[in-house]
Amino acid sequence: MKTLSSKAAAAVEKARSEGRAALIGYLPAGFPDVPTTIEAALTMAANGVDLIEIGIPYSDPVMDGRVIQDATVQALAAGFTVPQIYDVVRGITSATDVPVLVMTYWNPVMRMGVREFASRLAEAGGAGLITPDLIPDEAAEWMAVSDEFGLDRVYLVAPSTSQARMRSTVEASRGFVYGVSVMGITGARTSVGAAARAVVDDAHAAGAERVCVGLGVSSAAQVAEIARYADGVIVGTALVAALRDGGVPAVAALCKDLSTGTGKNPS
Amino acid sequence: MTHQDTGRASEPAAQIDGDAAAAFLSHEGRPESLRHAPGPYFGDYGGRWMPESLIAALDELQETFEAAKADPEFTAQVAELNATYAGRPSLLTEAKSFAAHAGGVRVFLKREDLNHTGSHKINNVLGQALLAKRMGKTRVIAETGAGQHGVASATAAALLGLECVVYMGAEDTRRQALNVARMQLLGAEVIPVTNGSQTLKDAINDALRDWVANVDTTHYLLGTAAGAHPFPAMVRYFHEVIGEEARAQILEQTGKLPDAVCACVGGGSNAIGIFHGFLDDPSVRLYGFEAGGDGVESGRHAATITLGRPGVLHGARSYLMQDEYGQTMESHSISAGLDYPGVGPEHAYLADIGRASYEPVTDREAMDAFQLLCRTEGIIPAIETAHALAGALKVGQRLAADLAPGEQASDKVIIVNLSGRGDKDVATAAEYFDLLPDDSAEQEIAQEGEQL
Ligand SMILES: Cc1ncc(COP(=O)(O)O)c(C=O)c1O
Repeated sequence: MKTLSSKAAAAVEKARSEGRAALIGYLPAGFPDVPTTIEAALTMAANGVDLIEIGIPYSDPVMDGRVIQDATVQALAAGFTVPQIYDVVRGITSATDVPVLVMTYWNPVMRMGVREFASRLAEAGGAGLITPDLIPDEAAEWMAVSDEFGLDRVYLVAPSTSQARMRSTVEASRGFVYGVSVMGITGARTSVGAAARAVVDDAHAAGAERVCVGLGVSSAAQVAEIARYADGVIVGTALVAALRDGGVPAVAALCKDLSTGTGKNPS
Repeated sequence: MTHQDTGRASEPAAQIDGDAAAAFLSHEGRPESLRHAPGPYFGDYGGRWMPESLIAALDELQETFEAAKADPEFTAQVAELNATYAGRPSLLTEAKSFAAHAGGVRVFLKREDLNHTGSHKINNVLGQALLAKRMGKTRVIAETGAGQHGVASATAAALLGLECVVYMGAEDTRRQALNVARMQLLGAEVIPVTNGSQTLKDAINDALRDWVANVDTTHYLLGTAAGAHPFPAMVRYFHEVIGEEARAQILEQTGKLPDAVCACVGGGSNAIGIFHGFLDDPSVRLYGFEAGGDGVESGRHAATITLGRPGVLHGARSYLMQDEYGQTMESHSISAGLDYPGVGPEHAYLADIGRASYEPVTDREAMDAFQLLCRTEGIIPAIETAHALAGALKVGQRLAADLAPGEQASDKVIIVNLSGRGDKDVATAAEYFDLLPDDSAEQEIAQEGEQL
């Protein structure tokens, strides 16, 4: 895993230097509209979130559960188009130092052209991409282009990932490795299984310097549990539901609460 | 292989237009044979554009499939089920009266409609259900549009003692209430899909979501030759029997290879199955007919290869109906089985190299051919299949218009893959042709698009 000039790595390392796991918050772009996405993201940054993940609404989000699906369907119905992701990223990065990763299914990137997509993302101040349906085996073009523009490439590893794939995926990643906590899709769960810890341990053993855990994390207690063994904790569905139900103030309150769980050595 | 070698080497090279065709005939940059292409890539298409969580399951499936293919016990099991359960070999029937409308060329129908459950889909589900058992899985999941693949999956699951869950767009479960009942009678659970556009593609999305969460116990029984490796090559393998039988039958009945083979293309499974028998016979032109809906200029169609652009959906890179931002577009067709915005990657490759040609057929052309086959041959085809029949009429007329000196139209031979029977489509057709009294219960159903 290459650490050279990685914004995502820097954010996780900063948290580590403060004795914490990094808190990573996800919101889909354009839900309910672009200005609110920017405002909510800045609110996350002001309330303990170390790294922001912005999703591109896509017609066929196979890794997403109902809450995120509904939000992205709403964003698309309201007219969100892919190039607006740059407005969102620029709106956030121009107002905070907290880095922004974009989470995207691959077809929208392919359609624009991988190189053009990446150059515009770099220009907007984005840190890189999280790619839920792109595995390194198919990523030759993205590997080259992300090197060219100095972008992070966050691939996923799962409880089902073989040791050989764990090594090759860790090797291909830059920034951090995204450890999927359970075999399943996004959505709040009351407990994050033992599988999550095994994924993190395996990824570390395969050479990963930073492994962040996502899928199903919704409470400060879960954050605290995962912070003990992982380098970062990713929260998505719970933040989307908070924004949906209580607007930006609810996002602020949830982030404040979640960030109480990131301590590595809770007293 | 049971292929007879007669005719293969002595056939004259086909006259196909275009650079791609020339490249195909010169074998430039390609392996000598197009048959049995193993994947994961077909030229630039195919691959595995899938979440990492599912890669281990795809690896397991691939290994199981490769081992099974090499295991005489497995191939014997498939052959036995095909012969004693599905009813294979299916007939090759000459359609003499229908042929009069196709320029007078000879037309032969490969009768997949006579298989158990009424379509080619049974070939694939029996094979995959056997693989599920070899992997020790106890549950299969499937997607379905009109319900044909759902019914076939429920059938195979009942036969082999597997739990079966079928994902179906909520709109379709209502419109296809009788097919839902059919699946339930066979012991399957049908889950209405209310996500996204609530169509076949969303049913596939939900099946994939189920698969990620239950992959230890569950096999995803994909119904067409699309999706991530090994699905396209594997689904084709189980349908290759169509082309093998058809090639042997036409040689026996006419003493020569056909001039053209026609099939409809949704995801592409029946088409790749029959094409496969003739891929290495350059004199045999291969035609895939896509759903042209209201006409390709109307925007309401499912002509993926004709108008789509390469992209990734459901695990494979292939032609795709997508907007300028890479969002999948909704497809439209009178035939639910062709109403899919993607297409299998091997067809994308065969299109690019010019080995097969793909053309759109409108709803109207398909329904005219549907009625013609009913009236001339006493066979009610599936509306999907009617697209292939409409295409065959055009191909026959073209062949007849382009005869060499001394040649007769009756020297030309076309095979059409009659992929399914039309019992399920009777209400749609009755409504289309205005055969129902205004106040009948059937009319009410048909207005909702019921395909029984
Ligand atoms: C009778 C029949 N033919 C064709 C198709 C289209 O599928 P494919 O392109 O995979 O053969 C279907 C799908 O439901 C069908 O039921």
